[in-house]
Amino acid sequence: MVNQLEVKNIDVSYGSHQIINDLSFTLEEGRIGCLLGPSGCGKTTVLRTIAGFEQPKQGQVLIRDRVVADRKTNLPPEKREIGMVFQDFALFPNLSVEDNIRFGLKKWSKKDQHARVIELLAMIGMSTLSRAYPHQLSGGQQQRVALARAMAPKPSILLLDEPFSSMDVELREQLAREVRLILKQENITAILVTHDQNEAFAMADEICVMHEGRIQQHDSAYNLYHKPVNRFVADFIGEGVIVPGMVVGGNTVNTELGNIHGHVPAGCKPGCLVDVLIRPDDIVHDDDSSEKAVVVESAFRGSDFLYTLRMPSGIEVLSLVPSHHDHKINETIGIRLEFDHLVVFPSTR
Amino acid sequence: MLNFLGRLWQPGIMLVALLLSVPVLTIASFVFEPSGENWEHLKQTVLPEYLSNSALLVAGVSVGTLLIGVSTAWLTAMCRFPGKQLFVWMLLLPLAMPAYIIAYTYTGLFDFAGPVQSQIREWTGWGYRDYYFPEVRSLGGAISMLSLVLYPYVYLLARSAFVEQSICVLEVSRTLGCGAWCSFYRVALPLARPAIVAGLSLALMETLADYGTVSYFGLGVFTTGIFRTWFGLGDSVAAAKMAAMLLMFVFTLVVIERVSRKQARYHHTTNKYSQLPEYQLKGAKALLAFLMCLLPVAFGFFLPAAQLTSWAIITFDEMVDANFVRLTVNTILLGISAALLSVLLAVFLAYGKRMLGRTSVFVSIRIAAIGYAIPGTVVAVGIIIPFAWLDNTLDQFMRERFDYSTGLLLSGTLFAVMFAYMVRFLAVSLQTIESGLGKIKPSMDDASRSLGYSPRETLFKVHMPLMKGSLLTALLIVFVDVMKELPATLILRPFNFNTLAVRAFELASDERLADSSTAALMIVVVGLLPVIYLSKSIAQSRAGHKNDG
Repeated sequence: MVNQLEVKNIDVSYGSHQIINDLSFTLEEGRIGCLLGPSGCGKTTVLRTIAGFEQPKQGQVLIRDRVVADRKTNLPPEKREIGMVFQDFALFPNLSVEDNIRFGLKKWSKKDQHARVIELLAMIGMSTLSRAYPHQLSGGQQQRVALARAMAPKPSILLLDEPFSSMDVELREQLAREVRLILKQENITAILVTHDQNEAFAMADEICVMHEGRIQQHDSAYNLYHKPVNRFVADFIGEGVIVPGMVVGGNTVNTELGNIHGHVPAGCKPGCLVDVLIRPDDIVHDDDSSEKAVVVESAFRGSDFLYTLRMPSGIEVLSLVPSHHDHKINETIGIRLEFDHLVVFPSTR
Repeated sequence: MLNFLGRLWQPGIMLVALLLSVPVLTIASFVFEPSGENWEHLKQTVLPEYLSNSALLVAGVSVGTLLIGVSTAWLTAMCRFPGKQLFVWMLLLPLAMPAYIIAYTYTGLFDFAGPVQSQIREWTGWGYRDYYFPEVRSLGGAISMLSLVLYPYVYLLARSAFVEQSICVLEVSRTLGCGAWCSFYRVALPLARPAIVAGLSLALMETLADYGTVSYFGLGVFTTGIFRTWFGLGDSVAAAKMAAMLLMFVFTLVVIERVSRKQARYHHTTNKYSQLPEYQLKGAKALLAFLMCLLPVAFGFFLPAAQLTSWAIITFDEMVDANFVRLTVNTILLGISAALLSVLLAVFLAYGKRMLGRTSVFVSIRIAAIGYAIPGTVVAVGIIIPFAWLDNTLDQFMRERFDYSTGLLLSGTLFAVMFAYMVRFLAVSLQTIESGLGKIKPSMDDASRSLGYSPRETLFKVHMPLMKGSLLTALLIVFVDVMKELPATLILRPFNFNTLAVRAFELASDERLADSSTAALMIVVVGLLPVIYLSKSIAQSRAGHKNDG
């Protein structure tokens, strides 16, 4: 496999304010990567550095093994063979759908241009709207045109900057899946920037969770949820509560929920204070169980309930319960702890 | 290349701002100048008259423009009656009519020897002094003239405020038991108030800046006072002090306008518009609405335009000669050069602001654009004083050093005239260019770059097509403004250099009303162009209709 994109130890600053700190990752050909993080974490800056709109102070950016940016060189964006989809789509309002898509094909022959435009219009399902102007299109249509325009010159890598953020919430996941399908069809290497984990999960093969200018974890969606490497990732991805505990044996942690068994990170010797991540799916509702908890809050989510439960010790945890178990607030229900694996961090207390 | 330009850019912008603020700074500095003998004399004799006349003029024009502007705005925004679609844009027509032109047209129509009074005498057999007829050349006359041509400012802003109001707030007031009129007074009018005040302050700035009308009517106000003091008394210090006083009033209006525009933004309640439910007017009500819209248009445009046309037809053979052609060519060349230069400067400033984005640049641009509110008379005085000083200093230096007299290099040249136009009209082109540039989102630049276009190609492929409209609009508006401009041109022009406006004014002042009509009519016809453009863009931007294109 070729490394389509390689970012090596880059630092990026605006003036004296350092945004990106010693950041590295690679992306193989045909993969869809995602930079996921809260706003202000620097994810868009990374994207703009790859595109060539910002220059790193340290480190290197390589596209197809060619150095496009380091401290001294900075290949301008127009020479990098990248495609970019912008948050506001940035369609040219004076050009029709067709002409927008054709915009980046200036070096192609007229015949090839025409064929490529037809092909892309068909792919995004907008062949009948080729003569329409951007203001006549819905948001979703504008987005597909922006995608087609960016893909038209067959870029080495496609950059998507919060492409769904101006869409209705209900549409976002569906669009993300649609876009993924199109990218996979064309075997395009792409990076998505978003703050919405559902979008990231729906679209990306691999995800970098970013915080304060650094990558916290580069992993699959499954691992980010079930094996977060630090508290930030644990908090940011999915729901859950952190419960204090103490290591009592090689693979046992004593918490207010009782003794929990599982792998304890090296360095946490018995007697060590730790934090344990408890996901809603670790607490299973079981009417026959002798362990009881009181329902404090309930949120109906269609196929299931997300209950907030108060344990006898006073600690509150979340539990995901199938939808037909409709319990009232203050009702006492039976629960069972079911840990596949233990997520433990050194205590911050 | 870009770095080199970038380094020159900011100093360039600051230099433009500094140069263009020279007239204002000059005049402002006279506030502290010790008052001479003449000033004391003026203070005791004519200054109170100037003050009271200016105040009455401002008060009268306020009432006039508000009555006409707000009522027609409401009728055309909220009601349906015969001719409404026509009135929406026709109500703007008086904008094409400079106040001094309408002033002497009405004088010709209504004075003792004019067609109206002659006809009355013929019908009734009355003679001189047998009847009362209002005098056109009076304060009341000036108020009427100015109101008739300045109400469109109020109309324009008030109407867009009414149209942009969320229909929900009006419906809410109806559901709370408030009728149509009550909704107007208690909801629509208060919500539109900032916009109305902004429109009114623009109209009043024009009122204070007016020289042609008040001078022709022989009224003592600030602008005519500055003229008299300078050219009559020959006292430049007293004239500049008077200009400084006028400047203070104008700045008050500028502040009021700025604040109102800010408030207008907060009063903008929603972005979701539906088609306004129009009140269908019938019978007497419809007739009344029709008349209320017809009268301002008829008296503000059609009647004087008809009078000018009939005069022009009579005097055409006599007036249109080689001289007139030269005059027209002069005016057009002057207008085009001023328009090109101001658009060039505006592009330089606007792109600088976009690319550099520094506070110092923002402030410089604000300063460069300050001249839009300043009366032409004040600008002219503010230019003559430093230019004369520069000429004299240079001349003296050259004579002492090289025994060579440079004479007057800047004073009384077209350069001075052009400089005054930049001070007055840069804001106009700047505003148009900036709003055009604002529509090109920075992400479009990035998109073009990512699709393989260099910065230069981006400028030509993305910016040029998108900016073309704004550039042309800015050119057109400045061109027309220059063509209509009277006082600054009158004071600063080179000896024997005339424009259509100056010529029309001179002829009219010599009581050759009919002879002045050809020049006046040309100004009006050219002045119609931006009005037509404006009315088109209004027709396209009706709320409730999607308008992105």
